[in-house]
Amino acid sequence: MNARDVILARVRAATEGAPPVEIPRDYRGPAPASQTASPELAELVADRIRHYKADVHVVDEAGVAAVVAEALAGRGAGRFVVPEGFPREWLPPEGFEWVGDEPELTASDLDAVDGIVTTCAVAVAETGTIVLDAGPGQGRRALTLVPDFHLCVVRPEQVVAGVPDAVARLDPARPLTWISGPSATSDIELNRVEGVHGPRTLVVVLVR
Amino acid sequence: MTSTFLGMPGTVSMMGYSGKEGFPDNAAKAVRNSQLRFNLRKATGTIRERRASVVAELPDWQGLRQAGKAIKDHTLRDLDAYLVQLEEAVTEAGGHVHWARDAAEANRIVTGLVKATGETQVVKVKSMATQEIGLNEALHDAGITAYETDLAELIVQLGDDWPSHILVPAIHRNRSEIREIFVRHMAEWGRPAPETLTDDPAALAEAARLHLRERFLSTKVAISGANFMIAETGTLVVLESEGNGRMCLTLPETLISVVGIEKLLPTWRDLEVFLQLLPRSSTGERMNPYTSMWTGATEGQEFHLVLLDNGRTDVLADKVGRQALRCIRCSACLNVCPVYERAGGHAYGSVYPGPIGAILTPQLRGMGTELDRSLPFASSLCGACYEVCPVAIDIPTVLVELRARARHGVAERAGMAAAGWVFKRSGRLARAQRMGGRMRRLVPKRLPGPLGGWTDTRDVPAIPKESFRDWWTRTDGGNR
Repeated sequence: MNARDVILARVRAATEGAPPVEIPRDYRGPAPASQTASPELAELVADRIRHYKADVHVVDEAGVAAVVAEALAGRGAGRFVVPEGFPREWLPPEGFEWVGDEPELTASDLDAVDGIVTTCAVAVAETGTIVLDAGPGQGRRALTLVPDFHLCVVRPEQVVAGVPDAVARLDPARPLTWISGPSATSDIELNRVEGVHGPRTLVVVLVR
Repeated sequence: MTSTFLGMPGTVSMMGYSGKEGFPDNAAKAVRNSQLRFNLRKATGTIRERRASVVAELPDWQGLRQAGKAIKDHTLRDLDAYLVQLEEAVTEAGGHVHWARDAAEANRIVTGLVKATGETQVVKVKSMATQEIGLNEALHDAGITAYETDLAELIVQLGDDWPSHILVPAIHRNRSEIREIFVRHMAEWGRPAPETLTDDPAALAEAARLHLRERFLSTKVAISGANFMIAETGTLVVLESEGNGRMCLTLPETLISVVGIEKLLPTWRDLEVFLQLLPRSSTGERMNPYTSMWTGATEGQEFHLVLLDNGRTDVLADKVGRQALRCIRCSACLNVCPVYERAGGHAYGSVYPGPIGAILTPQLRGMGTELDRSLPFASSLCGACYEVCPVAIDIPTVLVELRARARHGVAERAGMAAAGWVFKRSGRLARAQRMGGRMRRLVPKRLPGPLGGWTDTRDVPAIPKESFRDWWTRTDGGNR
């Protein structure tokens, strides 16, 4: 017998006669669609993301470009990656060089840029998490990983209450990255220290 | 089953402990190290508080916990069907699935896959499964260098040390010790530490970032574990903090994930439970900084999944002990354990220390050595581990069960046989009690010979002058 058959046979022998197990789901599941996009959620998500020492800005749609300009200027007016599908109206009209991922940037290219701006797929209020699914405006996973600066714009309808809401909205066939604050470690005396291998600065722009 | 290898075989000495010595000897040595005790007390104290506060925040924690327990039990019962389903889904998504009965087979598979790429260097994300099978050593023997990229694993690897905690393998080291290790050993493995390195945690993290940066950008093969695998979709999930996981999972051309067969969850939806249970229980955060999920070959990557048994099916066959397979490696039980807090992780002589290790190691590895026989006794049975466990593993019950199976000492067996004989007839008990009462002043505080093992940790109870029955008969129930 090959390893596969041996392991499966061992499993069958080990579980023979075990009773079936029902799964109780006595916890808060996804909220009805009508309850999303409330002002309370917007406040909660801002608060929770800030808790991770990310910079959070809450603005009207018309003010996005100005906030983006300000945040990028803080990094020195430089070169920033803009993935395919990122709304042009959210970019400041001048003062920066925008880099596309076509043809694909190498890891070294990414290491040399000053940062990246993206959209996201979902934001989770209760945990202060943004989720990227490589969709329009987000690009490949490496784009938000190698540069030291990541700015993410979140639209109000993308904010959900909790983890179950996010899981229900996401498509597992896509590569997913859940981001909760800048890169950090708890490995030194169990204190959270921001800034290891991922972007050390995370800016989240929440559109009202 | 006794041949199952958990990274630290009894014959290999580590940190001055040898597997021939039992947990009590290891622990006795560890508690004499006051620096270790100080580091552990500080770290476990911090994390206990953090966990308690983020768990208290969720009104439905107990509901999530019960769901987590049931999902795992449900999966384990039908593990064969779910494994086959997973294999189909991963293959469908362009991945390759391999099966490994034991550590040697898993190491052979991984070594072969790396060799096929022609590479001699791999980067690794922290993974309990690959530590368990001693993969780094196997790769080394095949001429392949494995670079650990998790900060704590890096500290352990640079310091030629052993991990002492599931989540924070270098928990036994404080910041100045870490600085010392970086300054002395980083140059041996690549980019040296900055000359002006201080023991500020942010500076230490920065040093690790610089040390590994070039390696991440250039290495072509990565090896990971996984926190969860979804049978329904073939998705693998890795939770991490630093971004080293994302680096390994995303940048290299080939990704090899070695995952224990018990890490399976049936459906995508089940993640809604575990993505709440795990971060809050392990680092005490609402969510860990980064979680990666991928299905099969992603963004042009070559993907191999190695499914590992290595003793797990033996544990599964045990009706009481199988609940240990629910474990999601959060390490909350270590952080609350009064024994772990004092003895530290090395005393357990396994990559799985603490309360969960005390039940998992002897089940996976068997009870063939003095160390493995002693592990079920490495507990005061206070039950704190059960209370914090996010999947409600009843660790005290399994400990007691394993204790009953451990071979007991000659003196203990003789004592129990004698007690059994005395208790069998009430006349014998009465005569023994009267004799005890008359000789009570002659019984020493510490018993002699082999019985001394019992009084090493306990006082001999005071023997009363007469038994209750004798008193009742003599006084007619207190009336005379």
